[in-house]
Amino acid sequence: MSGEQVDFDAQLVAFAEDLRSEGVAVGTSELLDAFLALELVAWSSPAEFRETLATTIAKSPDDRRLFDLVFDRFFFRATELQAVRLDVSEPQTRVGGDEVDLDELRRQIAQALEEGGESDLRDLARLAIAAFGKGQGSGVLGVDVQRIRRALGLRTEPQPDLPPEDPRRDGISRDQLRRFEQALRRELERAQIERNQALPPKRALTDMDRSLPGGPVQDLAAVHRVVAQLRRRLASQGRELRGHNRHAQVDVRATMRASLQTGGVPVQLKYRPKRPRRPELFVLCDVSTSVTSASTFFLSILHALHDVFRKQRSFVFIERISEVTEVFNRERDFRAAAAAIARDAGVADVSGYTDYGRVWSEFLTEIEDELHPRATVIVLGDARTNGRPPREDLFAAITARAGRTFWLNPEPRLYWNYGDSVIAAYAQYCEAFECWRTDQLEEFVKALTRPAGPTGPRS
Amino acid sequence: MASEPNSVQDVADGLRSVGYLPGESTALVSYLATKLGKPVLVEGPAGVGKTELAKALAKYLGRELVRLQCYEGLDEAKALYEWNYRKQLLRIQTEAGDAGWDAVQDDIFGEEFLLERPLLTAISSERPVVLLIDEIDKTDQEFEAMLLELLSDFQISIPELGRVEARTHPVVLLTSNNSRELTEALKRRCLYLWLDYPDLEHELEIVRMHSPELSETISRKLVEVVQMVRELDLKKPPSIAESIDWARALLLLGASDIDQETFRATMSVIVKHRTDLDTVAERVGVKLEPARAA
Repeated sequence: MSGEQVDFDAQLVAFAEDLRSEGVAVGTSELLDAFLALELVAWSSPAEFRETLATTIAKSPDDRRLFDLVFDRFFFRATELQAVRLDVSEPQTRVGGDEVDLDELRRQIAQALEEGGESDLRDLARLAIAAFGKGQGSGVLGVDVQRIRRALGLRTEPQPDLPPEDPRRDGISRDQLRRFEQALRRELERAQIERNQALPPKRALTDMDRSLPGGPVQDLAAVHRVVAQLRRRLASQGRELRGHNRHAQVDVRATMRASLQTGGVPVQLKYRPKRPRRPELFVLCDVSTSVTSASTFFLSILHALHDVFRKQRSFVFIERISEVTEVFNRERDFRAAAAAIARDAGVADVSGYTDYGRVWSEFLTEIEDELHPRATVIVLGDARTNGRPPREDLFAAITARAGRTFWLNPEPRLYWNYGDSVIAAYAQYCEAFECWRTDQLEEFVKALTRPAGPTGPRS
Repeated sequence: MASEPNSVQDVADGLRSVGYLPGESTALVSYLATKLGKPVLVEGPAGVGKTELAKALAKYLGRELVRLQCYEGLDEAKALYEWNYRKQLLRIQTEAGDAGWDAVQDDIFGEEFLLERPLLTAISSERPVVLLIDEIDKTDQEFEAMLLELLSDFQISIPELGRVEARTHPVVLLTSNNSRELTEALKRRCLYLWLDYPDLEHELEIVRMHSPELSETISRKLVEVVQMVRELDLKKPPSIAESIDWARALLLLGASDIDQETFRATMSVIVKHRTDLDTVAERVGVKLEPARAA
C-alpha cells in the first residue's frame, strides 16, 4: 500500500499478501479467480464484494474466520490511510452537554443493541464514545473499550435490580456484546488515527482472535498444519514400497478387458494397482487430571492424525483404556469429539489417577494380535504413575511387537524423572519427546517420518 | 425459464421461483458459478439443503441434473466410463472370421461399446447440464485426484478413444459433509460455499413457503423450537427438511398450538435418535406450555 494512486489491483494483491502472512494459503490461481469474479459483481456493494472474495479465496470455515478478521483489518487500515492522505475527517458526533439524560441514553443504546442490525453498531459506538469516552482516554484502546462498556452498564449476566422493561435486565447476548466492543474499538482507533495523522503499527492476529469463541485457545489450525506436513512427508516416502511386485493380485476385470485385444485369450495379465501402504497407527492418549492442561493439545493431535490416517486406532486412558476410534470417525468437529470423549469414553475414572501398568496390560490383551513390525505406537502422556508399578516389562513387550514406538511427554524435560515421573523406565524402549508446543510437534513429525531404522532398544 | 442469469438478483429470484430460498452468499456463488464456469464446493452440516441447491439450480436453469453419488470405493469404472465388454465379446464372436482384424479392432473400441457413467454423461451431453457430485468426502483421495482433470479442463482422457472434451459447460456442484479434509488441489479449483443452518427469519420463510397453510403463530413457534433443539448437543440435529416435515405433520394433525403434548407426540419427526429424544424432551419439552384442558 505504498503507491500514491489508489490502485485497486495492487490493493487486492496486498490483501492476499496480508492473508498469507496470517496463514491462509492463497494461491495465485485463486487470486486470479477473485479478479475474474469481481468483474461479474457490483463490487460497490460491500457485502457482495466481501462474499465474492471469500468464496474464491477462503476455502474452509477456519479460513473463512481468518479471512473475515483480516478483511476487516486490511480494509479499515487502507481506508484510514487514504483518509489521512487526502485529509478527510469524519464529522464529530456531539452530544450536547449536560441536558442529555445519560441514563436514558444508556437504556437506548442497550435497546438498540438488543434489536441491533450491523449498520447501527457503528453509530451506536460513536454515540457511546461521544457521551462516555471524552477527555479521559487512556491511550490504550482495550482499556478504553472496557471503560465505556462499563459506563454503559452492559453485561452478559442478568441484572435483576434493573426495571423489567430495561433490555439489560436479562443480560446482553455475548455475541452482540462482542460485536459492539469491536465497533467501539474501531471507532476509537479511527479517532486516534485522525488525531495522530498516522497509522499505528499493524497488530498481528493473536491465538485469541483465531480461536473460535468458546473453543480452546491453543491454535488447532497450527496443529493441523503440522500434521498435514506429516501426511505429505509420508506420502512422498514410498521408496521402500517399489520393487515389491511379487505378491501382486491379478485384476480379473482388467485382464478380461485386455484379453479382448487378443481375441479373448488372456495373454497379458493385469494386476491390481498397488495402493501406497500407509502406516498403521496406534495412539494412546492420557486424559487424566495431571495432564489436563495438555490434553486439549493432545486430543487435537489425535484429531488431526485421524484426518490423515485412515488406519488408525485411538485409545484414551486414565486407569483403564477405552477405544475412541469410532468417536473420531464420527465427529468431524474437534469440540464435538472432545465432548463426546468426555461423555461416553468411559475410562473408568474412579480415582482419576493414571495406572500405567494396568493400561499396558489391557492394551496388550486388546491389541496383541494386531501389532506387527509395520505398526507404529504413539503414547501421549506424562509417565506419572502416582506411585503405582510402572510395569516397564509389559511396555517392552509392546514395543518389541510394534515397529516403532514414540512417547510424547507434555512436561518440559527439566521435570522428567522427578517425583513420580518414570519416563526413564519407558524411554529405554522408545523414543521420548518433550512436546507441549507446535514447534516441538514438528520435531516429532520429523522423527516419525524418518525411514525406520534398526528396531530394538534405544536410549 | 431464464437460461442465463444476468445478475445476482436474477439468480436469487430464479431460485426462489422454484421453491428454494437462497441466502445471500448462496445466490452470489451460484451466479458466479454459472458465469465463471467454475465448480462450486458446498460444505456444511447434513440437511441444510446442499443437494437441494443443485436440484433447484437445475430446475431454474432449465437443465438436466446429472448426479453422482459418492461412496467409499467408488472408482473410474463407476464414475467415468466403462467398456461394455460383454457386448464387445459378442461383437467379436459374430464376426465370422471374414472381417479384417483392423476393422474389428477399430470397431469394438468405438463409442457404441462405451458405457457412459455420470461424469462422462455430463461432459458429453449435447445440452448443458448441472452436475452434482454428492458427498465427495466419502471417496478416497485417489478419486479426488482423478476428478482434477475434469474440474479444471472439463475433459476426460480415454486411452482407446482419445480425449473427450466438453461440448457444453456444465455447472458443477460438489457437496461435502466435512467428514474429512479435502485436498488443497481440489479446493483450489473450486469456489467455496459454506452453508450453515439458516437463522430464525430465514428458516421461518422457508417453512412458510413449503406449508403456507400453517398459521403464522405456529410456524414461528415451530421454528423457534427447532432452533432451540439445534443448540442442544445432539447426535443428529434437526435439518431444514425435518422442520418442513414437522410443519406438514402438524398441518395434517390439525394442531392449533405447539404445547407439551403435541410436542411429545410429534417430536420424533425432528429428532431421530433414542438418546437425543430424551435430551430434547427434558430440555425443550418443559419450556412449552402444558396442554390446555379441553
